[in-house]
Amino acid sequence: METATIPATDTTPKAANIVEMSWDPITRIVGSLGIFTKIDFTNRKVVECHSTSSIFRGYSIFMKNKDPRDAHFITSRICGICGDNHATCSVYAQNMAYGIKPPPIAEWIVNLGEAAEYMFDHNIFQDNLVGVDFCEKMVRETNPGVWEKAQKTEAPHANDHGYRTIADIMKSLNPFEGEFYRETLQVSRMTREMFCLMEGRHVHPSTLYPGGVGTVPSVQLFTDFLIRLMRYIEFMKKVVPLHDDLFDFFYEALPGYEQVGQRRILLGCWGSFQDPDVCDYDYKTMDRWGKAMYVTPGIVVDGELVTTNLVDINLGIRILLGSSYYEDWENQETFVSTDPLGNPVDKRHPWNQTTIPKPQKRNFGDKYTWVMSPRWYDKRTGDHLALDTGGGPIARLWATALAGLVDIGYVKATGNSVKIVLPKTAMKPEVEFEWKIPKWSNAIERDRARTYFQAYAAAAAMYFTERAMAELHAGRTKTFTPFKVPQEAIGCGFHEAVRGVLSHHMVIRGGKIANYHPYPPTPWNANPRDIYGTPGPYEDAVQNTPIFEENGPDKFKGIDIMRAVRSFDPCLPCGVHMYLGDGKILKQMHTPTAYAGLASVKSE
Amino acid sequence: MATVAPLLHRAPDVKEIHVVWMTTGLGCDGDSVSITAASLPSIEDLVMGAIPGLPTVHVHNPVIAYENGDDFLKYWYQAAAGKLDPFVLVMEGSIPNEKIKKEGYWAALGTDSRTGQPITTNEWIDRLAPKALGIVCAGTCATYGGIHAMEGNPTGAMGLADYLGWNWRSKAGLPIVNVPGCPVQPDNMMETLLYLLYQVAGLAPMIPLDDQLRPKWLFGQTVHEGCDRGGYYEQGEFAKGYGSPECLVKLGCWGPVVNCNVTKRGWMDGIGGCPNVGGICIGCTMPGFPDKFMPFMDEPPGAAGSSAVSSIYGLVIRSLRSITHHTANKEPRWRHRRSELTTGYQPAHYGNG
Repeated sequence: METATIPATDTTPKAANIVEMSWDPITRIVGSLGIFTKIDFTNRKVVECHSTSSIFRGYSIFMKNKDPRDAHFITSRICGICGDNHATCSVYAQNMAYGIKPPPIAEWIVNLGEAAEYMFDHNIFQDNLVGVDFCEKMVRETNPGVWEKAQKTEAPHANDHGYRTIADIMKSLNPFEGEFYRETLQVSRMTREMFCLMEGRHVHPSTLYPGGVGTVPSVQLFTDFLIRLMRYIEFMKKVVPLHDDLFDFFYEALPGYEQVGQRRILLGCWGSFQDPDVCDYDYKTMDRWGKAMYVTPGIVVDGELVTTNLVDINLGIRILLGSSYYEDWENQETFVSTDPLGNPVDKRHPWNQTTIPKPQKRNFGDKYTWVMSPRWYDKRTGDHLALDTGGGPIARLWATALAGLVDIGYVKATGNSVKIVLPKTAMKPEVEFEWKIPKWSNAIERDRARTYFQAYAAAAAMYFTERAMAELHAGRTKTFTPFKVPQEAIGCGFHEAVRGVLSHHMVIRGGKIANYHPYPPTPWNANPRDIYGTPGPYEDAVQNTPIFEENGPDKFKGIDIMRAVRSFDPCLPCGVHMYLGDGKILKQMHTPTAYAGLASVKSE
Repeated sequence: MATVAPLLHRAPDVKEIHVVWMTTGLGCDGDSVSITAASLPSIEDLVMGAIPGLPTVHVHNPVIAYENGDDFLKYWYQAAAGKLDPFVLVMEGSIPNEKIKKEGYWAALGTDSRTGQPITTNEWIDRLAPKALGIVCAGTCATYGGIHAMEGNPTGAMGLADYLGWNWRSKAGLPIVNVPGCPVQPDNMMETLLYLLYQVAGLAPMIPLDDQLRPKWLFGQTVHEGCDRGGYYEQGEFAKGYGSPECLVKLGCWGPVVNCNVTKRGWMDGIGGCPNVGGICIGCTMPGFPDKFMPFMDEPPGAAGSSAVSSIYGLVIRSLRSITHHTANKEPRWRHRRSELTTGYQPAHYGNG
């Protein structure tokens, strides 16, 4: 197995001054996440890392024998910030199983809803949750030297965003009191209104169905969307340069910061936004319609695009156990032995998974999590790759850039970059942004890609709005294709949840759900060591993260670890636990309580 | 003579209050995300003191908190020790049954420093409920069990009132306040919190709740009573496929028997909703959700009869209305450009006839 990083113990020259520290829960994410670390303060490094979850709900169990048409209503409830991504993915899987294709205007409506979700979710996460890790209050507490420098550093794009120095940007990110913090919170409401126009309600949509949507297409619907979209586009012309200035400053102020959260380039993207001219939801043509998606599916290993074929992606998925609280399903029923193209389907593929929970005491030497370990089997090498999503955008942009397939006027993939054109708006001229493939898969580049993908989603939404309005003007306003649920069928859906790859696999027997397994991004990112000992991506990215924080053990906040973990946009009741392998624990302490909280900010 | 004193300089009866928000039921954090969408009032309005007469509010919610780890969880330990007083506990997510298995946990928050094992959500509820001024359940999971408590679930999940008892009262004498919805409608949740702030400030009477512990002013009407497609029902015009602007009852909408204000309020600032914008009502605010409404996309059993009656009655109404409708669409006769006035006014001095 070559997928693991170098064991942490090999890079720990002397285990002096190793301190055990814990943060449980990690806040400003969706879901419960704890971090237990052992940090070597002599070598200023996190030593080792394990990942664990704290909640089990059992969707795959209680969905058995339910009506397949209920699947998208139920699976939306998996996630409270991107539930619509689940509903959409479930509808894709159902369309395949029922053998139907929605009318084009329905696909444009779904694409617009999903684009609004990316615009909303990346926005609120980046600037109201992650942004706090980069705000004045935090930087002053963790790196006074960096704060000093920020005050003296002019922001290169001050004319674009209006903040003169980097310190001014950091101040504007202070929770509730910062101007930009409050502005982004307000923008996150406008984008959710855009979402509600297309999908009814946020976060669990009301108007999505297999076969189409219940949304009524009208002049008002698209006007209401477009006017808000133009306001968002104007906002993005400020937001992208603001983040470039902030993130570039960290590389400059803290040489070596590229190592924070860095891991081997192992990225997965399952593609987003269907093209109704090509997509017929037939498994046999999935390679073709997958490549027509407006975000290209792909697997990137060490900077090389391994495949963009959704059939290859599908067949390579393996769900491994090793450290999770489940019984193995090796002796359970095989639901799908070959796919519709005749390819063999592995026993460890989601179509053949049987979930058998086995609650037990948490034991970091054995079973310590409710998360299983999804891997992608690379038939070239025989490796079970621990792909990550990098929180979504970095993988989407990387795969799309390398594939060079997307070219819609507003967005163009060049082979080594993605160009995004935002049209003239009320106060700002047309702007072109170019996301270039970075040197590293690390915390800063995951965060930077998030901002660029907000612009990408807005630009793509321009195109979708134009296509939808063309349908409306031509009088093609039917939004639904009737269907019958077959007695026996299988289906799979591939989509990009906001924070990365999302798949739903369904088996129908006797007209009921016989097996259903959704795989959202966070299991890919937050999983534990698998049966082969390969750690999950958080574990991998956090261990060996160098410590740049100026505080010693007494006032340690763990800010570099927080930035590494949050760069993945964690979104699932889950956890990260880290412990030292061979080092001797000299001292144990919980996190210091020197933070003045939100509450005390207000009472000051 | 004013009978109600202005709030201009009145100090609230309770000067400061904490909101301890548990997201570690079996849920999805959708209700926490929902409150960031609220604008009437917004989370900033409450936290930054934008409304006069109310206590200073300190919200401790993991989705938006500045602090991490023990630094964040210290509020939980303080609350459990009676040192964070007063506080309102907000519960999000359904309550799993930890008694049905030998060991391990279904849901937990934080780690017990003595055992190294996670502290279960049930344990936290047991510690916090006796100390809380009041408890608000956000969303259908915490109120009644919801999706994670559906038939065939492996965790034995339930709502908080099932766990604490429906007659539970806080130390201040408040029953559990249930704000259902999957997720909770953003302004419904924030408005309920706002009401409770008025109540603890001494400015409002006991919150009016129905027998399912829902605020009466939010859940007293049905989806259908507020639905702008109700007129189609009255006229017997039922959608046969999704995407139609007509009444959705025959496609699976449960609106006529579901307590919810979404069709009146919309989802955000009047935008979106359910049947009003083409989404069948699946009963997501109801104690019987989801099982009693599944399969969602079939016509509700009771709807067939009533919609058949409505179809006959509606046909009569529709034909009578079409006559009046035709008339209403025509301008009165006297609007013309001829050289005579036919409005009924008799001019005396126009000088042309």
